[in-house]
Amino acid sequence: MQMNDKEWKPKIIAFCCNWCSYSGADLAGTNRLSYPAEVKIIRVPCSCRVNPMFILRAFQQGADGVILCGCHPGDCHYSTGNYHTRRRMTLLFSMLNYLGVESARTRVEWVSAAEGARFVSVMDGFVADITRLGPNRRLEDLRCKTN
Amino acid sequence: MQKIGVFVCWCGSNIAATVDVKAVAEAARKVPGVVFSADYQYMCSEAGQGLIKDAIKEHGLTGVVVCSCSPRMHEATFRKAVQAVGLNPYMLEVANIREQCSWVHKDMATATEKAIALMQAAVAKVTLNTPLTAGMTPVTKRALVIGGGIAGMQTALDIADAGYEVDIVEAKPTIGGKMAQLDKTFPTLDCSSCIVTPKMVEVGQHEKIHIYSYSEVTQIKGFVGNFNVTIKRKARYVDEAKCTGCGACTEKCPSRKAPNEFNMGLNNRTAVYIPFAQAVPKVATIDPEYCIKLTKGKCGACAKICEAGAINYEAKDEYIEVEYGAIVAATGFEMIDVSPYDEYAYTQSPDVVTSLEYERLMNAAGPTGGHLLRPSDGKEPKTIVFVQCVGSRESCSGGEMRGKPYCSKVCCMYTAKHAMLTKDHYPDTDIYVFYIDVRTPGKNFDEFYRRAVEQYGVHYIKGAVGKVTPEGGKLKVQASDLILNEQLHIDADMVVLAGAIEPNKSARPLATMLTASMDTNDFFTEAHPKLRPVESPTAGVFLSGMCQGPKDIPETVAQAGAAASKVIGLLAKDHLVGNPCVAHSDEWMCNGCSQCETVCPYGAITYEEKEFRMPDRTTKVRRVAQVNPAVCQGCGACTVTCPSGAMDLNGFSNAEIMAEVDALCR
Ligand SMILES: Cc1cc2nc3c(=O)[nH]c(=O)nc-3n(C[C@H](O)[C@H](O)[C@H](O)COP(=O)(O)OP(=O)(O)OC[C@H]3O[C@@H](n4cnc5c(N)ncnc54)[C@H](O)[C@@H]3O)c2cc1C
Ligand code: SF4
Ligand code: SF4
Repeated sequence: MQMNDKEWKPKIIAFCCNWCSYSGADLAGTNRLSYPAEVKIIRVPCSCRVNPMFILRAFQQGADGVILCGCHPGDCHYSTGNYHTRRRMTLLFSMLNYLGVESARTRVEWVSAAEGARFVSVMDGFVADITRLGPNRRLEDLRCKTN
Repeated sequence: MQKIGVFVCWCGSNIAATVDVKAVAEAARKVPGVVFSADYQYMCSEAGQGLIKDAIKEHGLTGVVVCSCSPRMHEATFRKAVQAVGLNPYMLEVANIREQCSWVHKDMATATEKAIALMQAAVAKVTLNTPLTAGMTPVTKRALVIGGGIAGMQTALDIADAGYEVDIVEAKPTIGGKMAQLDKTFPTLDCSSCIVTPKMVEVGQHEKIHIYSYSEVTQIKGFVGNFNVTIKRKARYVDEAKCTGCGACTEKCPSRKAPNEFNMGLNNRTAVYIPFAQAVPKVATIDPEYCIKLTKGKCGACAKICEAGAINYEAKDEYIEVEYGAIVAATGFEMIDVSPYDEYAYTQSPDVVTSLEYERLMNAAGPTGGHLLRPSDGKEPKTIVFVQCVGSRESCSGGEMRGKPYCSKVCCMYTAKHAMLTKDHYPDTDIYVFYIDVRTPGKNFDEFYRRAVEQYGVHYIKGAVGKVTPEGGKLKVQASDLILNEQLHIDADMVVLAGAIEPNKSARPLATMLTASMDTNDFFTEAHPKLRPVESPTAGVFLSGMCQGPKDIPETVAQAGAAASKVIGLLAKDHLVGNPCVAHSDEWMCNGCSQCETVCPYGAITYEEKEFRMPDRTTKVRRVAQVNPAVCQGCGACTVTCPSGAMDLNGFSNAEIMAEVDALCR
């Protein structure tokens, strides 16, 4: 590892569905519950909007972890979106393993709009796990790096 | 080239205390495409919005990023503001630097760094945004209610009272549903027909309500505000307009062996029949299966006696097409077939009856004129055993499930009702009720049940009936008492089975036509189980009554009214403004595989055969997906499913999301 472990902070993208998880993240804020600043959220209408390509793209661009959050099964605003997500992501996990990327670098979690505290504990856990895994180099496309 | 303006809000000290807002504004100016940036104490205030508006005008901004609180707070505010000065409202993005930054991080340097990253992502996205316009569709001001039980009637009345035209399509020759068959109703024990028949009359006479009885819906096209429905009017061989409902034909008809559905087949009716005295419409119907004229060609007795000349043996099914703005499913329920439960001997003895049959046996207008008499020998029963939860609350752990996993909800209460009504008329009757649990969570419900136990001395036994054996004119009931841990042997005269409730069999094909979703038990599912309980996820389709799940009459009526108010809210609009963040397919890339159609929960996707001019100047007809923007809710499920990459979502396009990803990884 080139970088000093102490300095190194993972880059983490969190896709959050508008109706549940994004609101859960907002609630964490309203309640002033803290989680690592490495987590950066992208809002999507539904977890089922997240194309596995987006996740691969993030890894290619140098993300160390990508977490996908949606409504709990049965609570999807669009009724069935998160079931599609669950199936697609299971497929992605096995593909990542095949590519030699630790599948633990991506995760699907259900966080409701009322679960600000859960959002925080999920993010704390994820950041800790990614930090333990260290930087992701396997998929990083150096041509993507401008500098 | 886009000209982007970035506006950083302090939110008083909410943001400014943790995020260096000036640094964010300064960093923005370095982002390619950004031509203006500013920070201000309260962007959402009049003055803050003014700042944005002025900058748009002065710098000719083509896109705006506001770094502030959550878009769930003020996205709509800022969209309105930019629209006021002529910018498309969808050329605005909000970077959430309060809830997701200043409020969750404490260190100023870290928070500022993150705020800058979030700002950059929003700029990256807005640079790719395209102006979006919400479509407008006109609303047909007429509602269709499918099913004329208490649910459908109440919904229709409430909509009609608000001034809108309503049609009810009812499969049976009369409206009224199950409630018209009940004897008395819990928890007040008021006579069911005394409360339901005036409702039926009100519906029948309402100038805004039209009833298509003995009819079915066979096709539904269109979408919210603009449904086109085909209704099959089954041939009833009696002209509805001419028939006066005098019933002379029913007296003359020689074919008297048709099972009487209204009395649950406990007696027979004639081939030409009026289901019951208070039927609405009060019009005769000929049952083609039993009519001698229609099956053998001779007879014609009813035509001869009918003074109105209403009988027409040549009648054919008719199909009509009607336009509606909203559709309400109110198809109600049926009781499951209890015959597979061999242990209760339903098929072996006529004295084993279902609860619905028991309602008819107690009803003054029923086959026994309200005298409780055993079907086998017409004697008064002295000992009656009630079995609750027949086919309800079954677990699938033990292999194949015969019944239903859910609680049918009304059986505990109607069984207590049956027990008390029986004791009222025949105080000497010995009554045993076998239950798993007694569930009575309703207003005055537990009091009602306790009255059965405490005042009427009904024997409630927590336990199960293992076997019923017809023997020597009796029904030998073997059962276990789980509390005393004993085996019981009861010599009963009648056994009453509280069979599980299931949705009407026609509900599933109907749901397919409506593209409405159903659960594994074939109950219609609601758009949101807590917050949108009377709407189907399919826009413009609403749910009323038992078709959505087991419920009693008060709950049914409440839900019926709620569904009506949603329909009224829809019909009150002249136009529907759509959400422009909808999916669209690239016709050149689409290969017509239908994958998207199968994942779309709203049935927004259809296919069209389209002619394409190919590069070699030939034309080719190809099947391509088409998204109806009025129906699409913008979930994006189709975009990921599409193997050809033809589907994309406005406002959350692949390119826009990827740009955010790139910006955040930088
Ligand atoms: C034995 C028994 C006793 C009960 N006692 C009580 C009581 O005492 N108190 C109480 O509060 N509740 C009682 N209930 C519950 C009560 O019957 C229901 O809550 C109520 O009838 C539900 O009304 P509904 O309109 O939803 O359904 P239904 O009454 O079933 O009406 C549905 C209507 O839709 C029609 N239909 C179905 N499919 C179609 C189609 N595809 N096209 C056109 N029309 C269609 C049917 O023909 C029917 O007319 C009892 C239920 C049972 C089984
Ligand atoms: S975005 Fe969702 S609602 Fe719209 S067409 Fe695609 S699957 Fe259907
Ligand atoms: S999934 Fe894609 S390719 Fe298939 S029909 Fe839908 S839009 Fe066309």
